Amino acid sequence: MAKRIEASNVSSYYGSFKAIDSVSMTVEPKTITALIGPSGCGKSTFLRSINRMHEVLPNARIEGSLTIDDQNIYDPDVDVTAVRRMIGMVFQRPNPFPTMSIYENAVAGLKLNGVKKKSILDEAAEKSLRSANLWDEVKDRLDRPGAGLSGGQQQRLCIARTIAVEPQVVLMDEPCSALDPISTLAIEDLMFKLKDRFTIIIVTHNMQQAARVSDKTGFFSIDKTGDPGRLIEYDDTQKIFSNPAQKKTEDYITGRFG
Amino acid sequence: MGDYPSRSVNATAGDLGVTPRHARGAGSGASPSNFDEPPRGGGGALPKKARFSIEAGFRGLSTASGAMVLVIIVAIAVFLISKAIPALQANTGNFLTQFEWRPNEAQPSFGIAALAFGTVLSSVIALIVAVPIALSIALFLSHYAPKRLATPLGFVIDLLAAVPSVVFGLWGRDVFQEPVRDFSIWLNKYFSWIPLFGGDGPFGQSVLLGGLVLAIMVLPIVTSLSREVFQQTPGMNEEAALALGATRWEMIRTAVLPYGKPGVIAAVMLGLGRALGETIALALTLSVAFNISFNLIENGGNSVAANIANSFAEANDTGRGALIASGLVLFAITLVVNMTARAIIYRRREFRDSAA
Ligand SMILES: Nc1ncnc2c1ncn2[C@@H]1O[C@H](COP(=O)(O)OP(=O)(O)O)[C@@H](O)[C@H]1O
Ligand SMILES: [Mg+2]
Repeated sequence: MAKRIEASNVSSYYGSFKAIDSVSMTVEPKTITALIGPSGCGKSTFLRSINRMHEVLPNARIEGSLTIDDQNIYDPDVDVTAVRRMIGMVFQRPNPFPTMSIYENAVAGLKLNGVKKKSILDEAAEKSLRSANLWDEVKDRLDRPGAGLSGGQQQRLCIARTIAVEPQVVLMDEPCSALDPISTLAIEDLMFKLKDRFTIIIVTHNMQQAARVSDKTGFFSIDKTGDPGRLIEYDDTQKIFSNPAQKKTEDYITGRFG
Repeated sequence: MGDYPSRSVNATAGDLGVTPRHARGAGSGASPSNFDEPPRGGGGALPKKARFSIEAGFRGLSTASGAMVLVIIVAIAVFLISKAIPALQANTGNFLTQFEWRPNEAQPSFGIAALAFGTVLSSVIALIVAVPIALSIALFLSHYAPKRLATPLGFVIDLLAAVPSVVFGLWGRDVFQEPVRDFSIWLNKYFSWIPLFGGDGPFGQSVLLGGLVLAIMVLPIVTSLSREVFQQTPGMNEEAALALGATRWEMIRTAVLPYGKPGVIAAVMLGLGRALGETIALALTLSVAFNISFNLIENGGNSVAANIANSFAEANDTGRGALIASGLVLFAITLVVNMTARAIIYRRREFRDSAA
């Protein structure tokens, strides 16, 4: 199921502006990798480069190479939609489809993939909502609007929607930043559970969260505004938070960052 | 949280003795204020409520204008109905079923059926032709065309909306009629087994011509409103669909069209409203007939509004009353259409509102 992601010398641009410079990292299957760093250092840009969502924006492009189990994600012959199905994404703000019910949201990805049979959809909806720890809360109101749930429930619905298509990798861009602490813990619990099945990469502003959930941590930083972001250090989470190799990393995690 | 200015700043005692006239009393819980404003609650006695204020004056003014609109509408309705009733009483035929319009004779006889039918038929043709084209253009402008192309193209379409209907009517009669006649003859040659395209001619000044001219006239409204609606689709929902592996068209079907549906229905209804009420373009393109026929290509057709325009000048008292009665029927049709649209929009409201 889960697959290895390998980035080498990835630089991403918005037009002529270089947002990240030469990022290389290897993410092992069935691990959780946290990306931390100050705002604007290119964490989201890097994450969106992995599932080719970066190129959705006009004039956005990348250099370098990204592979998933040795297949080039950016191969011109590769179908973008297949890449995105293989590498799912959960966004910063919960974004269930406002016109759809809870059930329809959960199976939206499957419907996009042409699954029509009700029994398969029903089964997938229940399975993904259970996996997202949401089933018990919504099983009696599956036909209610997804946007009517609380923020934390909406985010778990979005996770259910993402994992319903059985991706290999799940990218999460600050999935808890719009949520209260209890919902945040619920999502962290969920991540541990999902780790058995998926490779997870999560961007977070919350260092305790990174320390709690991740196996590996990558620290991004920029020298000054206008400069591209760089991956300063990438190592076991334990090591990063106890004995980082770089002075910049230490300054950031101890809160001495400018 | 924290986005709103504190609601209590004003209510706490400050040391400014002056209270501007429009400031609310210190007790009102929701006094608007900003952080950088000094507190102006006043330390002394609570200031008196202003007896005459701009606030009260404006409220009075807006209530009065609201009431005035209602009064005018009621007055118009009473006037129209009072004119229509004597004519309807003088009618020797059945107003609902008679297929003729001779209200000016000693034994007046007139019926609305053919007119109402013609109105609805030409409008339906217009919508069937215009809506798919309008939605395609709107989607192209909002989601496919590069901005450099979309902006001028959108502008041209808005310009089309500003062309007066008499111009469309003249163009339809003098220019567009030729190709439509040729097309009708072709349809008649190969598809006369379909009743819509049967008949022996003459062709050209037909419901089809009227409907097509109407289609061109409603196209800009439907296009530019739908385009605006499509552009308002939240970007994060579009990204969500793309991230699930949707192609662009699938993304549009998943995120854009459902989101825009109520707006598109409203746009179509506005277009239909324009088509139903259109007068001069149909008066110029149809060749008057008083029958109910589904034949689209033979000369003929009529509509309530076109009939009013054509016959008002020669009408006597009863004739005018009859025309006013037909206008009231048109009004009723538009009302039903609008209420249906509202009902459709209302049904999915729960989904839209909870999304806000
Ligand atoms: N759509 C965009 N167009 C142009 N520049 C962008 C866009 N999105 C982000 N950037 C720029 O790219 C840099 C990295 O942004 P981002 O990846 O969002 O950082 P992070 O997620 O670490 O806060 C920032 O300088 C930001 O201003
Ligand atoms: Mg970000």
